[in-house]
This record gives sequence, structure tokens and C-alpha cells, in this order.
Amino acid sequence: MISELFTAQVLLGILTSGIRLATPYLYAGIGETFGQRSGVLNLGVEGQMLVGAFAAFYVARKTGNLWLGVLAALLVGALMGLAMAFISITLRAKQGISGIGFFLFGLGLSDLLFQTLLGSVQTVSGFRPLAIPLLSKIPVLGEVFFNQNLLVYGAYLLVPIAAFVMDKTTFGLKVRAVGENPEAADSLGVNVSLVRYITVTLGGMLSGLAGASLSIALLNVFQQNLTSGLGFIAVALVYFGGWRPWGVLAGALLFSMVNALQLWVQVLGLPIPSEFAVMMPYVLTIVALVVAVQRVRPPTALTKPFIREG
Amino acid sequence: MRIVFEKRQSISRQALILVPVISFLVSLLLGAILLLISGANPLTTYAAMARGTFGSVYSLSETLVKAIPLMLTGLGVSIAFRMQFWNIGAEGQLVLGGVAAAWAALFLNGVIPDALLLPVAILVGMLAGAFWAGVPAGLKAYLGVDETLTSLMLNYVAILLASHLYYGPWRDPQGYGFPGTAQFPAAAWLPRLWGRAHWGLIFAVIAAALLWFILNRTRWGFELKIIGENKTAAHYLGINIARNVLLALLLSGALSGLAGACEVTGISRRLQQGLSIGYGYTAIIVAWMAQLNSFAVLFVAVLMGALLVGGDQVQMMMRLPASMGLVLQGMILFPMLAGSLFTEYRLRLIRREPATETPPATPVPGAEVQS
Repeated sequence: MISELFTAQVLLGILTSGIRLATPYLYAGIGETFGQRSGVLNLGVEGQMLVGAFAAFYVARKTGNLWLGVLAALLVGALMGLAMAFISITLRAKQGISGIGFFLFGLGLSDLLFQTLLGSVQTVSGFRPLAIPLLSKIPVLGEVFFNQNLLVYGAYLLVPIAAFVMDKTTFGLKVRAVGENPEAADSLGVNVSLVRYITVTLGGMLSGLAGASLSIALLNVFQQNLTSGLGFIAVALVYFGGWRPWGVLAGALLFSMVNALQLWVQVLGLPIPSEFAVMMPYVLTIVALVVAVQRVRPPTALTKPFIREG
Repeated sequence: MRIVFEKRQSISRQALILVPVISFLVSLLLGAILLLISGANPLTTYAAMARGTFGSVYSLSETLVKAIPLMLTGLGVSIAFRMQFWNIGAEGQLVLGGVAAAWAALFLNGVIPDALLLPVAILVGMLAGAFWAGVPAGLKAYLGVDETLTSLMLNYVAILLASHLYYGPWRDPQGYGFPGTAQFPAAAWLPRLWGRAHWGLIFAVIAAALLWFILNRTRWGFELKIIGENKTAAHYLGINIARNVLLALLLSGALSGLAGACEVTGISRRLQQGLSIGYGYTAIIVAWMAQLNSFAVLFVAVLMGALLVGGDQVQMMMRLPASMGLVLQGMILFPMLAGSLFTEYRLRLIRREPATETPPATPVPGAEVQS
């Protein structure tokens, strides 16, 4: 029975859907990386994704324009990110707790809007696969990598951009300084709060986009609790990836492959109860966190609010 | 002039009580705006919620039905939070407690004397909850793994495990395809007080008193408090931090497990879909609003239970989605978190003295207010 899983065609299927399914992890994980590197743990990603997913779905369905949907997701994500920033930076709230507040709020709000505005599960015709000329003609690899939709390409493009910004630009340097030693950064004239506001708001936007990638590019549907923990896993990926964009990419691929594998286990009707298949990513997350803690050290100022003396 | 936050010497007592009350009012206000947007009259909606939650003996019992698991999980969460251990896995601990109690009720029936069936079911539920909290606690205490995410992930695992059991091997063969186990034997039913309000209420009150006693009158409670307030001090006092964190979390999980055991033996009397409706997450809000005070947890739990019942009420009467209750809960936390700034810090306006300070050559906008 298990050998059925390893025919060339199935492996190809797993690979293709694995590449696709990494998209939301990448957007949310990269956004979260910036927040955490600057010292703010945003546990509200799940809630931001849900609201973003709904906004994108609703706007795309009403206007018929997918890009307006993306814009709506970015906008509500930014708003929720800004709110999270205000609560955790200006008001110095416990970040873990306020994140859970945003999760519940986003879970409730997206469902409330869904029930009042749509009422039933509907579909939308989302982003279509866009074959990249020439590259998509490469046998096997072309189908896997170069025949995806635009939001998928965007997610992969984001990784080198984020790595560049983090490691090679002044802004990236400020982000890292603020997350490692805010007092020193402050004395050098870096506006600690401003940098954190920017990273957390950016994180919110990318979480919103992650939600949009689910509702109008991958699943093309919205329902209550569409993300079911995906946003939390994205936060865990940041730990796993050692707070580096490339690390997040590695983690995202690992998780999405496991996800794709569990979908195929169900499709093929293998004698594994579906609940146990669905459980795999969550269990893997715990394992990943245990592995990560042995390897890398989190940003020193993570979850610590900055208080300027005097 | 500039604004400065000064850390208070001691936490302001006034603010301790005022902040939760104001937070609740602010969330009602924010909720009213949301209701207006959804096209409902906030006043009639809130009136309907109030009537449906405290208006009659029956509706009060329904509010308690929701409040009991919130009391127990809220107490559990508050012990963990007191140690600065961010256990957000109460939901999974509750579910696993329910699963274990269901196992005892279904499979120990006839094996052990009837009189023992209920106590054993409850005990097994508590042990399961303790075990489920023990996993992230052990990982944190001995390997340094962040507990927030591990405890959270275990929620999903527990919920999936439960659904596997009631959809699969434990499903009632006479259940016409209904996802749930067969009804428990009567010996495993938790007695009810009135309506559907059950003995879990008594357990919760006892647990709150016990917890208050442990934290305020015993050596162990004292150690826990020190660990929560200052890990370095605890270390130098020779307190075994890892062991204490683990023990406190076992207690925390046991209380959530008890909540789950009470749910299945007292309410549904079977393991079925809908055991987890987010009590474990709401418990976080309960613990936080109660400022981790055991007795305050009981009261706040009733208030939050009322919001949940109220959400169902507006769904039935005004055709508004029940998730309104959830949104209100999420919103209650924000002013609450904002308010804790004022319990710990004092806001002071300092007038700048021109004589001692030379004004900067070019004014820097925004540099005055540092936050």
C-alpha cells in the first residue's frame, strides 16, 4: 500500500502541490521574521490571515478583480498590524497575550462578516497558473516550478528580497540592532519605536496577503476558520528558520511538502485515518521547535518592550 | 513639555479594579459600533443578550453551563501565567480530559464498581489534562523550547484525536451516523444542580479556594510566586525552577482536564462534536481580566459565559451570527491590555525648564514624545 505513494506521478503531484502550498507560509513567515528580528512577537498572524483572506475573497467576488482583492487584504492586514504595533509597542502589552486577542478577534470578525455578507460557502475563480515561457517547457521541473500562479511566484521572489533588505540595507541593520540591543540603537539615534512600528505593520500586510493567497489563489473559497492554525505554524517556522528568510523558505518547504503528502495520503485512500494525516504538520511543528532551540538563539530583545529611561 | 512613563513602586489598587471594568465598557462600545455597521440596534441587541443570560433561572443556568468550563480552565491558565509560562494549550488539555473521561465512562463500565465510575472518569480526565500540559512544560523546563507554540500546537492534535475517536472507533453503532459515542451509563453522569448547571460549579469554587490557599498560605505557593516575579532571585534562593514549573503546569493542565471531564459527564454525557468551542482560548482572557486572582476568575468567567450565551441569543432572536460574542471577547482584551499599562506605570507630564536646557537649533518633530 505504501509503495503506491511512491510512483513517479504521485511524487510529482506532491512536489507540485508542495511548492504551491508553501505560499501562505512564506508570506506570513517572512513578515513575522521582520517583526521578530526587531523584537516584537506577533502571535496575531492567524487572525490577520483570516481577516485578510476574507477581505480578498469578498472584494474579488464583488468586483471580479483579483488585484483589488489583493489590495484589500494588504490594507486590512496593515490596519491589524498597526493595531498590534500600537498595543505591543506604545502600550507595552504582553505580546503573547495580545496576539491571542488578535487571533480571537480575527477569527470572530472574519466569521461575522462572512455570515452577514455572504451567508454560505461560495467559490471564486482565483489566480490561474501562469506558465513562464521556455522555463515551463523543461520536462518535469517546468511543470513543478514554472507553471504556478502569480501569488506563488511572488512568495518565492519575496525570499531573496527580504534576505537582501535584512542583511544588506541600512533599514535591515536598524531592524537587527533594535531587536538585539534597543538601548544601544536608541543611543545611536535609531528611533526604536518607529522601526518596530514599520516591521509589525509590514508583518500584518504580509499576513493579510498570506490569507489572500489561500482564499483567492490556492483554495479559492472562504469558510469559517479557513486557516486552521496555519498562521501559528508560520510563526513557528520563523523559530525553525533561525530568524532568516532563507531559513523560513527551508521550513516552509518542509511543511508544505508534509502537507501535500498528507493530502495525497487522503486522496489515495491509504489506510491511515485522515485525522492522523492532518495531525502531521502540528506534530512536526513541535519537533521543529525542539530541533530549532538546540541550534539558534532568538533575538535578544524578543517580546521585551523598550522603555526609554528618563 | 514631554510625556514620561514612570514605573510605579507598587501596582495601583484602584487601577486593578477600574481597568477591567472600563475595558468591559469600552468593548461594549466598540461592539455597538460593529452592531450598527451590521445594521442592528445595539441597545435592543444588548438588552436581548442581558435577558437571555441573566433574565430567568433557566437562562442563568445556561450562562453557568458556559461559565463552569471557563472557571476551571481560567484557573488553570492563571497558575501558568503567574509563573510567566504562557500556556495557551488549555483548549487541548480540556479536550484530552474529555476524551480520557469518556474512555473511562465507556470502557470501565462493568469493570469497576458503579460507584467508582464517575470519580474514576473525572480523575482520568484530570490526569490526561495534566499530561497534555506536562509535554510543553517539560520541553520548556528541560530543553528550553518556547511553550507558547508547543502548547498551542497540541490543541490541534487533541482536537483531531477526539474527532478521530468519535467519527471512527468509538462511534455509536446505533447513532444513525451521528458523530459521537454512545451515551455514557448513568453511573458516569455528573449530577446537575438545576437546569443543565452541574457539579462542576462546586468543583470550580473549591478549586479557586484551594488555589488561593496554595498561592498565599503555603511554602510551595510562595516559591511559585518568586519564580514568576524574579527567576534570578528564585535561582539564588535555591528554588528548583524546572521542577516547580513542571508541577505547576501539571496542576494547570489537571484543572483544564477537569473542565473537559465535567463537560462530557455533565452536559453531553457522551463524547461528541462541539466539545471544544474555544473555552481554552477564552480562558486566557478570563485569567487576564481577573488579573490572575482566583476568586476574580470565577466572576469574570460568568461574565464571559454570558457573552457566549448572549452570542447564541442574538443569533436566534436577531439573526446575527453567534461569532458576535467571539468578536466582543477579542475586543475586551485590547482595552484590558492597554489598561495594564496604567496599573504598572504612572503617566507624567514634565514641563521643560528653559533656563537649564538650551533649545535645539532645529526642532525635531516627534522627538518630544518617546514611547
